[in-house]
Amino acid sequence: MTDTPDIVVIGGGNAALCAAITAAEKGARVLILETAPKPYRGGNSRHTRNFRCMHHGPLGPLVESYTEDEYLADLMKVTGGKTDEQLARLAIRTSEECLPWMEEHGVRFQPSLSGTLSLARTNAFFRGGGKSLVNAYYRTAEQLGVDVLYEAAVTHLELDGDRVARVDYTHEGKAKSLSPKSVVVASGGFQADTDWLARAWGPAAKNFLIRGTPYNRGVVLADLLDQGIAQVGDPTQCHAVAIDGRAPKFDGGIVTRLDCVPFSIVVNKDAQRFYDEGEDVWPKRYAIWGRLVAAQPDQVGYVIIDAKSLNLFMPSVFPPIKADTLAELAKKMGLPADALDKTVAEFNAACGEQSGFHPTELDGVATSGITPPKTNWARPITEPPFYGYSLRTGVTFTYLGLKVDENAQCSIGDRLVSNLWAAGETMAGSILGQGYLAGFGMTIGTVFGRIAGKEAATHAN
Amino acid sequence: MQTDFLQEARRQAEICNACRYCEGYCSVFPALQAERAFSDGDLTQLANLCHNCRGCYYACQYTAPHEFALNLPQALADVRQDSWEEFAFPRAAGKAFQKNGFAIVLATVLGFALLFWAARALATTGGEGFYAVLSHNAMVAIFLPAFLFPLLSIAIGLRRYWQTVGGAPVRLSHLSGAISSAANMRNLKGGHGDGCNFEDEDRFTHARRYAHQAIMYGFLLCFASTSVATLMHYLLDMPAPYGLFSAPKVLGLSGGTLLVLGCGKMIWLKLRADTSLGATNAFGGEITFTGLLGFVGLSGLLLYAGGNSGWMPALLAIHLGAVLAFFLLTPFTKMAHGFYRMAALVRDVQRREAG
Ligand SMILES: Cc1cc2nc3c(=O)[nH]c(=O)nc-3n(C[C@H](O)[C@H](O)[C@H](O)COP(=O)(O)OP(=O)(O)OC[C@H]3O[C@@H](n4cnc5c(N)ncnc54)[C@H](O)[C@@H]3O)c2cc1C
Ligand code: SF4
Ligand code: SF4
Repeated sequence: MTDTPDIVVIGGGNAALCAAITAAEKGARVLILETAPKPYRGGNSRHTRNFRCMHHGPLGPLVESYTEDEYLADLMKVTGGKTDEQLARLAIRTSEECLPWMEEHGVRFQPSLSGTLSLARTNAFFRGGGKSLVNAYYRTAEQLGVDVLYEAAVTHLELDGDRVARVDYTHEGKAKSLSPKSVVVASGGFQADTDWLARAWGPAAKNFLIRGTPYNRGVVLADLLDQGIAQVGDPTQCHAVAIDGRAPKFDGGIVTRLDCVPFSIVVNKDAQRFYDEGEDVWPKRYAIWGRLVAAQPDQVGYVIIDAKSLNLFMPSVFPPIKADTLAELAKKMGLPADALDKTVAEFNAACGEQSGFHPTELDGVATSGITPPKTNWARPITEPPFYGYSLRTGVTFTYLGLKVDENAQCSIGDRLVSNLWAAGETMAGSILGQGYLAGFGMTIGTVFGRIAGKEAATHAN
Repeated sequence: MQTDFLQEARRQAEICNACRYCEGYCSVFPALQAERAFSDGDLTQLANLCHNCRGCYYACQYTAPHEFALNLPQALADVRQDSWEEFAFPRAAGKAFQKNGFAIVLATVLGFALLFWAARALATTGGEGFYAVLSHNAMVAIFLPAFLFPLLSIAIGLRRYWQTVGGAPVRLSHLSGAISSAANMRNLKGGHGDGCNFEDEDRFTHARRYAHQAIMYGFLLCFASTSVATLMHYLLDMPAPYGLFSAPKVLGLSGGTLLVLGCGKMIWLKLRADTSLGATNAFGGEITFTGLLGFVGLSGLLLYAGGNSGWMPALLAIHLGAVLAFFLLTPFTKMAHGFYRMAALVRDVQRREAG
């Protein structure tokens, strides 16, 4: 592109692409600035698998119905009411028309993945996962004449009163700038900047793993907040889950999850248990364990199971550590052997009647007389070989973001910024004050990406 | 089999089994997800279920430069290619031809030479048309063994395959299930009906499926043409040559045309596709074999066209030489994949029945 585009979209994930496609269809000349190189384009969106969608009657891969009120109630439950209800309802209501829109723009769906039947009614799964969605959108965008620059990192937006006057970025080692008519920010949260995480959360955050892209470092977010653009969401909080401790620092994605906690005991590096492993079925507890592990010394936990539980959960990406005796397992995992022996012996002694054991239901098979108790699936760890996994805290996203209105527009003081819109993770704090509802991230990105694209194009035309 | 290929496929299969995002693309994933640990036989079966549509490569968030370096299409292609060599009877022939385009060309030239020699040495004085060049009995003497030997070889190969993957006794319902999914190449539609990713990175098209269908049906029509002619010769006492609207000619002409177009398109597609998503070391062998198959069709059509000219004896020797090479090479080249794939589909029907 030789001349200045009408619209610059910052970021190259789901929200950015939905905005770019919508704006291009309205006739605007759009440039996407994506900081990642092409093989890593698509941010966290490339790790996703579904989006949550309201519907009246069967829709695409979705069965039965999922009403606005039920959807909102589900959201209120996880956020504890920390939700802008008006924006939430907008996202929910619009999600229904998103599904056919996505199909028209190349996304393909499939029945819910095996092992996720509970989501068949509420969440539409992308065939091939989020990267295939991202690929399809890039194809569509390119057909619409959208230009894409990879390895183009936006460093600063120059504000002039209530408008963005200039976008500064680096590309191929050179500093560049553009002055488009409209700007859409869709560059995600700041979780990949572990220094920032450590400032917000405390030094323990240095030991966290980042489940998604290393490129969401919050550069644009910080730049805008520093200049007084309205913010939303708790700056100290992030969404985190417990994942395989051997996962890579970044981009481990979905495969690093571990589903074995309910059938295990979990100890810290001193071989002490610290929480009820059987509190609830795993998907519901998944997020809690991220925090629990973060609170342990060195931010690490160790899951111990025995042979009878090995096949009760989804296979893990790395094979478990295996040993014929607990002492050997302790050695292999770097745990104090005597302490582990004692913890396991106490736990085993506290196990009672197990005939009602049922791996997929709250079975009430509980311990008695130990703290913390294990309130379901409590079976003694006795049958060799023994298996172990280490657990670490894996950050999914951060809550701090740009505050937007129902047009996805940003504001400064009490005024709107006349040519700045935000979509996706970077404004999700407007709706998700805390907690997380599976599939809602992509809903927010799609709904507000399309709104931002439309508004930005209207402003530019 | 080569343990490093198997080990690499196992490593990747374990990652896929924890991910499962691709389960909607093809029958590899449901079969993969039915296991927790992958034996060599499991991997061989998965490899032969894969038809290299590449959907799972372009959709994968873990491809290089990510440290997981997923490239399932290649990992399975390597195992698959290796399994065909391993199961071939005689094994040495599998090793000689599967990956070696030059050896295939050489064998074809030898086929020409044999036929030219035969035409000269066994020249007849009696027969009409083609049989004036080479007597019917001489043709049978050359082609009957050339037809039966590959059949025997493939039967042995399939037996080895069946033992490796731990197949159960085959029932009719297994076969019909497998045939119906092969007949419309259901899996080549990519699960969503948009086709596969091949010649243009992550774009889904039907080009490869159509090319493949043209080749398969073209081949089957040509085969039917020869079979019908054989039956007419022996049962109805109606020896060649046949008229333009006779069954052998109609089948042969349409089959030959499809074969030429299909092979041409397939080569064009293969040259555009990313070779690193297949068994790279077998690329030359595959392309050359596709060329040979197309040439069988082309030389057959030329023979139809020039059947009454002075070129006929030469064209006949060339066509029959190519056919001879093709038959004899069938168990040792890409052609074998059709048989192993059918076996894999049958095995998959069995797995689904059992599970
Ligand atoms: C492992 C994992 C699984 C998930 N699964 C799901 C799921 O199934 N369903 C769901 O709804 N949500 C899921 N989420 C959450 C989901 O990923 C996010 O909500 C969603 O992807 C956000 O989209 P986005 O476009 O706002 O951000 P992203 O997709 O992260 O895109 C941000 C883009 O901005 C670019 N960028 C960053 N900084 C700059 C800069 N300075 N200059 C230029 N470009 C920049 C990045 O490179 C990236 O392309 C998952 C998250 C993770 C980590
Ligand atoms: S190929 Fe990649 S995306 Fe597909 S299932 Fe395997 S790991 Fe997951
Ligand atoms: S290449 Fe195609 S057929 Fe092979 S495993 Fe991947 S998606 Fe399945």
